[in-house]
Amino acid sequence: MSIPATVPLKPAPWKDPSARPYVQLERLTKKFGDFTAVDDISLKIYQGEIFCLLGASGCGKTTLLRMLGGFETPTSGKILIDGEDMAGVPPYQRPVNMMFQSYAIFPHMNVEQNVAFGLKQDGVSKAQIKERVATMLDLVKMGDFARRKPHQLSGGQRQRVALARSLVKRPKLLLLDEPLGALDKKLREHTQFELISLQEKLGVTFVVVTHDQEEAMTLASRIGVMNHGEIVQTGTPSEIYEFPSTKFVADFIGSVNMFEGKLVEDEPNYVRIQSDELGSTIFVNHGISSPPQAVVWAAIRPEKIFMSIARPEGTDNIVQGAVQDIAYLGDLSIFLVKLPTGKVVRVTRPNTSRHSEEITWDQQVYLNWDSTSPVVVTR
Amino acid sequence: MNERRSLFILCCLGFGFAFLYIPILSMVVFSFNASKLVTVWDSAHSPTLKWYAALLDNDEILDAAWISLKVAVINATGASILGMLAGFSLSRFSKFRGRFALNAMTTAPLVMPEVITGLSLLLTFVAMEQLIGWPAGRGLTTITIAHITFSMAFVTVVIQSRLATFDSALEEAAMDLGAHPMKVFFVITLPIIFPAILSGWLLAFTMSWDDLVISSFASGPGSSTLPMVVFSKVRLGVSPEINVLATITIAVVTLMMISVALWMARAARLDKARQ
Ligand SMILES: Nc1ncnc2c1ncn2[C@@H]1O[C@H](COP(=O)(O)OP(=O)(O)OP(=O)(O)O)[C@@H](O)[C@H]1O
Ligand SMILES: [Mg+2]
Repeated sequence: MSIPATVPLKPAPWKDPSARPYVQLERLTKKFGDFTAVDDISLKIYQGEIFCLLGASGCGKTTLLRMLGGFETPTSGKILIDGEDMAGVPPYQRPVNMMFQSYAIFPHMNVEQNVAFGLKQDGVSKAQIKERVATMLDLVKMGDFARRKPHQLSGGQRQRVALARSLVKRPKLLLLDEPLGALDKKLREHTQFELISLQEKLGVTFVVVTHDQEEAMTLASRIGVMNHGEIVQTGTPSEIYEFPSTKFVADFIGSVNMFEGKLVEDEPNYVRIQSDELGSTIFVNHGISSPPQAVVWAAIRPEKIFMSIARPEGTDNIVQGAVQDIAYLGDLSIFLVKLPTGKVVRVTRPNTSRHSEEITWDQQVYLNWDSTSPVVVTR
Repeated sequence: MNERRSLFILCCLGFGFAFLYIPILSMVVFSFNASKLVTVWDSAHSPTLKWYAALLDNDEILDAAWISLKVAVINATGASILGMLAGFSLSRFSKFRGRFALNAMTTAPLVMPEVITGLSLLLTFVAMEQLIGWPAGRGLTTITIAHITFSMAFVTVVIQSRLATFDSALEEAAMDLGAHPMKVFFVITLPIIFPAILSGWLLAFTMSWDDLVISSFASGPGSSTLPMVVFSKVRLGVSPEINVLATITIAVVTLMMISVALWMARAARLDKARQ
């Protein structure tokens, strides 16, 4: 997995307390009967962001988006868009456009008419409509298909028509519900970058729903991880990946080795965790705020664990185990190493050199990691 | 083996077609018969068009046909509009007071024996006339109302089942793009479900066109529909004019079906050519 190295020129708006959010959710809740689909969400999204809502199926992403679009009335809480309270504002009067999970392309209109539909509602002149539709279709590379009916298009082409249709009105806020769900991996990656460059060109604020964490990582300026209707953490992709705040986030984003343990040494500048699962202690070179003897979890990413046949130097953060399984993935290999305690640890190694130390099945290996690598979470 | 089976299939096909079409075909043939006796082929003077001429002179049948046509068209249109409203409220609004009652009441005419529907309508018309003076007597109006009452149920079912598979995201998308709900209905929903409405209309039209029982209850003097006239004539002995009438009806239906098929083929061709 790649983490895009975005270097912001100005301080990020979410770190600037004086910045004005473009979208603001205040304690937003939606209940269907006594089932809570969206649970007390407060959130600020800033102009020009690509904000990704990431979560498992059924966690309330679409419901949240539909409330932003005006198709679902919040049970309680407030939605402010550009400072304006959206309560009671119908969908056709919101400065928002939405790309639907099912694309919702009008089957009785051709591509051109589909894209022109929104402009017609605004009373834009015929000549202008024609020009703007043509430009937009070129932008999504659908210019040659303007006269086609939707049933004559492939899934990817339909998706691009839906995108063009929602962008042509130049909304300030675009809501995209699983925009790339129907595409194959290759096309999806390609389209992700197209989306980013489109977003930069047009300066629209995107709120993207996805359950694909790689997609969220590629697209997002920030990610909001959802679970059971709540947002459990928001942050940039690298923050979410490197510093997950809960077990759920650590587990959900990427793969991770999770070791349950007890705090045995708790100093301001380091902690030591006794883990029975690991059969050893974990040394972490920063303090955490947690009561002593508390149960905590240390999360270590597979790529941050080093593997060697010879015992590495030092005394901390070293365990021994036997290679149980190896999966060759081309650019890297995954090793499953079984510890004497029975716990299986996942380790990845890039296949950088053809002559790297040959490690095979059933071999005894040492695993070790930096004292900066473990992330300690308390819930 | 294979040949035997295909022979068997051919026999089935032939028998099926014969079963369906020999009565109709014999009717068509006998419409050109010169004899006054419907069942006797007069080979000396046949074929002849004399019964066709006679039909055109028969004001009773022509009047009845005209009444039937008017009733059928008004009924089909009225039933489509009402059926659409009922279908929409039943499939779109999940919970409202009286939903169950509306559902039961719209589908009741589907299972109600026609005699009962007809009789109850007649009683209603009589009672209404006594109470509010409308409808004054029985005639075209009462027949049309009666037909709408029972054929609306069929249209409702057709439209309701079409709307059940309608993707409501289409309407939401249109609203999202700035269209008022009213406009959404006319430019998105209506065109997409139009085929269902059309088939509902045709269904209501045919049901009205050949209804006998309910019309008999709701009609008054001077407002006999075609099926009523035909039925009363047949009771006195089948006249060859009835054969002619049937032949013309078949011809019109066949022509309509052929032209619809041609029109659809042409639309498909144009669609292809445009790319
Ligand atoms: N109209 C509704 N009535 C009752 N429950 C609903 C309704 N709409 C959604 N839900 C429930 O709310 C929960 C959240 O649904 P939602 O569509 O927001 O999920 P999602 O996160 O978008 O999932 P997916 O990734 O599968 O699209 C689900 O458990 C769903 O069953
Ligand atoms: Mg969804």
